[in-house]
Amino acid sequence: MSASSTAEAPFVPKTKVGSFTNFVDERVGGSGILREFGRKVFPDHWSFMFGEVALYSFVILLMSGTFLTFFFDPSMAETHYQGSYTPLYNVEMSVAYNSSLNISFDVRGGLFMRQVHHWAALLFVASLGVHMLRVFFTGAFRKPREMNWVVGGVLLILAMAAGFTGYSLPDDLLSGNGLRIIDGVIKSIPVIGTYISFFLFGGEFPGTAIIGRLYVLHILLVPALILLMIVIHLFMVVVHKHTQYPGPGRNDGNVVGYPLGPVYAAKAGGFFFIVFGVLALMAAAFTINPIWNYGPYDPSPVSAGTQPDWYIGFVDGALRLMPGVINNFHFEWIVFGHTLTLNVLLPALVPAGIIFTVLFMYPWIERWVTKDNREHHVLDRPRNAPTRTAIGVAGFTWYCVMWAAAGSDLIATHFHVSLNDVTYWLRTLFFIGPIIAFIVTKRIALALQRKDREIALHGRETGRIVRLPHGEFIEVHAPLDEYKRYKLVGFESPAPLPAQPNEHGVVTRKEKRRAALSRWFFEDRVAPATPAELEAAHSHGHHEAIEAGDEQKSLSH
Amino acid sequence: MKALSQKRRHPLAAIALLLMGLLLTGGLYAVATSVNQAKADTTSYSASDVEEGGKLFAANCATCHGMGASGTQDGPSLVGVGAAAVDFQVGTGRMPMQMNGPQAQQKPAQFNEEQTKQLSAYVASLGAGPAIPEEHLLDGKGDAAKGGELFRVNCAMCHNAAAAGGALTRGKFAPALAGVSSQHIYEAMATGPQNMPVFNDSNVTPEDKRDIITFLKTIEANGSPGGADLGSLGPVSEGLFVWVAGLGVIIAFTIWLTSRTS
Repeated sequence: MSASSTAEAPFVPKTKVGSFTNFVDERVGGSGILREFGRKVFPDHWSFMFGEVALYSFVILLMSGTFLTFFFDPSMAETHYQGSYTPLYNVEMSVAYNSSLNISFDVRGGLFMRQVHHWAALLFVASLGVHMLRVFFTGAFRKPREMNWVVGGVLLILAMAAGFTGYSLPDDLLSGNGLRIIDGVIKSIPVIGTYISFFLFGGEFPGTAIIGRLYVLHILLVPALILLMIVIHLFMVVVHKHTQYPGPGRNDGNVVGYPLGPVYAAKAGGFFFIVFGVLALMAAAFTINPIWNYGPYDPSPVSAGTQPDWYIGFVDGALRLMPGVINNFHFEWIVFGHTLTLNVLLPALVPAGIIFTVLFMYPWIERWVTKDNREHHVLDRPRNAPTRTAIGVAGFTWYCVMWAAAGSDLIATHFHVSLNDVTYWLRTLFFIGPIIAFIVTKRIALALQRKDREIALHGRETGRIVRLPHGEFIEVHAPLDEYKRYKLVGFESPAPLPAQPNEHGVVTRKEKRRAALSRWFFEDRVAPATPAELEAAHSHGHHEAIEAGDEQKSLSH
Repeated sequence: MKALSQKRRHPLAAIALLLMGLLLTGGLYAVATSVNQAKADTTSYSASDVEEGGKLFAANCATCHGMGASGTQDGPSLVGVGAAAVDFQVGTGRMPMQMNGPQAQQKPAQFNEEQTKQLSAYVASLGAGPAIPEEHLLDGKGDAAKGGELFRVNCAMCHNAAAAGGALTRGKFAPALAGVSSQHIYEAMATGPQNMPVFNDSNVTPEDKRDIITFLKTIEANGSPGGADLGSLGPVSEGLFVWVAGLGVIIAFTIWLTSRTS
């Protein structure tokens, strides 16, 4: 096609539309771009679409957010509410809260847009989180995608920052309480904490500057950074091509799926409207952040059930779990006449610090342990990487324990248990939960691998029971077709890699540590059925050879 | 003046001063507290009410509260708690208590209005205490906005800003206030049932209480302007909803969109 076109005379459009599009195409090369991108192949699997959900939520956030900026006034000047919500009529409040109430009650469609914006924010971070879990558990962060994993982690942090700055803007009681906690956390940082707090709030909390500052961060800096990261992220996705689940005909050198145009583009475009529709339905039918309930911010009251939005919940939960005193050991020290409040500093910064450090470093940790420097474009099924899956579930469990702790009061009231007991249990789970989760997950993964191996070798149980002439009952097993069998046997199961000497012939201490970790990673393994084993299992059937203890398999054929 | 300055070194001067001081504080305190004391309005109760109430009390309450409501190890003395406390506790079914626990649970009332009135009359006859509030304080026609401010400052830390309830320590809790009658809300503020503090009349005046009731009834009547309120429990129920319902529906769509290929 392209070879012949070079020999042809220049394209002469016949219609007016044709000449117009040709004019544009000759100057921007649109058809070349379309040819290149239109043929990009995307594999089809539902779990690949969470990144898209996040992207679409972000687009919806930009649009609904722009609408809100038309009416929101980030001023902390004092005013008296004169709008149509009677339970707050003539109450003294900030201009910011006043304008948020006006958006809710006196701007046409304003409450809907506010609720779309907030639901979209919750869905944005949730879909980011699920997307990252998918990437982690399928091993999609491996070479060459380590840097894109890091970009994704940065996006998660930016999304949390965008969410928190937005949560604080309406200047209602709930958001003010949230800011006070942030202020407390900042002030617990030794030496510089107080200075940072005074710098951030423009004086003593709450001051009159913070809403305006958060507004600039929320509508300018943070979204711009998110957009930049999304561009980098998508650019790398195009460069690396999409990963795919293992299957017949799929390998690290190809991508099996639909081309972008027209099918995938239509699906993706339609999916935007589905996400928008779901969010619009939620915004129309379900209240989110009813700021009118909370009233204007005033540093004295704190409402029961004061929590941050879900993505900050784990930090709030860690704060709730931290005891101030254990027996007689106090976590608040006086050092050189300055207070060091470890009971705030430790829970607020340490768990989040550990989670994000491990998250960012994990691709390199695994690469170092496995010494695997190959490119991977075919994903792992989670069960086929038992230790990685167990690490992921352990980390997620740890997160969930802290997450649950943020709702400890609601767990207590709704399940009619003591708040103190909930806290004690969650404190215990904080330490042993991840360990139990690790062990259980690893065992489940190994058991599933054994089941896969069994099915690959001996076929699927049909539930048909046959009685043999001599009285024995057997269940008939149906053999798998080759496509399904490929899925069950076509994976790598690395064995522990012993310590190896370096170029000087020395086994370094670091290498020994790596070998120990490698053993920990891979010593429990279920190897996939080899062709020889499959051959052996199936040959019985073909030759009708009945061997002792193998009757079941042979007769099942 | 001269007499005073001469006698100020008298050996009894210190004692006299102390006496004067004590009398002054005591007197002031008596004046101050009598402001708070809602007078038991026993006039509206007939002698037969008191008598019948006494019988009901002996049959249903005396096991824990003792004969003559003087209290036992299992229940406090009710002398001086007033008619309002009885009307609240019995009227909401909290008393007689179904079982021991962190706090008395609400249940269908065990006594009808007549019997509740008789019990109130009996307990009110034992000693002065907060009376059942007057009708005009319960009409819900006060200042809702002021009531809202008072509610956020005094009540929201336990009952939640939207009056949806909240947890207290060791299994105790502050209940949700939707559906609670104005009279019971007023009586709860005046008597401080279970773990609730007493908001006496100098702390939150009867007019303030009226405003708070107005606020509660207004937000209850208003409903939720933004759609289903998800329990008015704040970001936890919102987060749960977006993860379960929001993401659940989205995942169903992703499975549908990709279902054509294997």
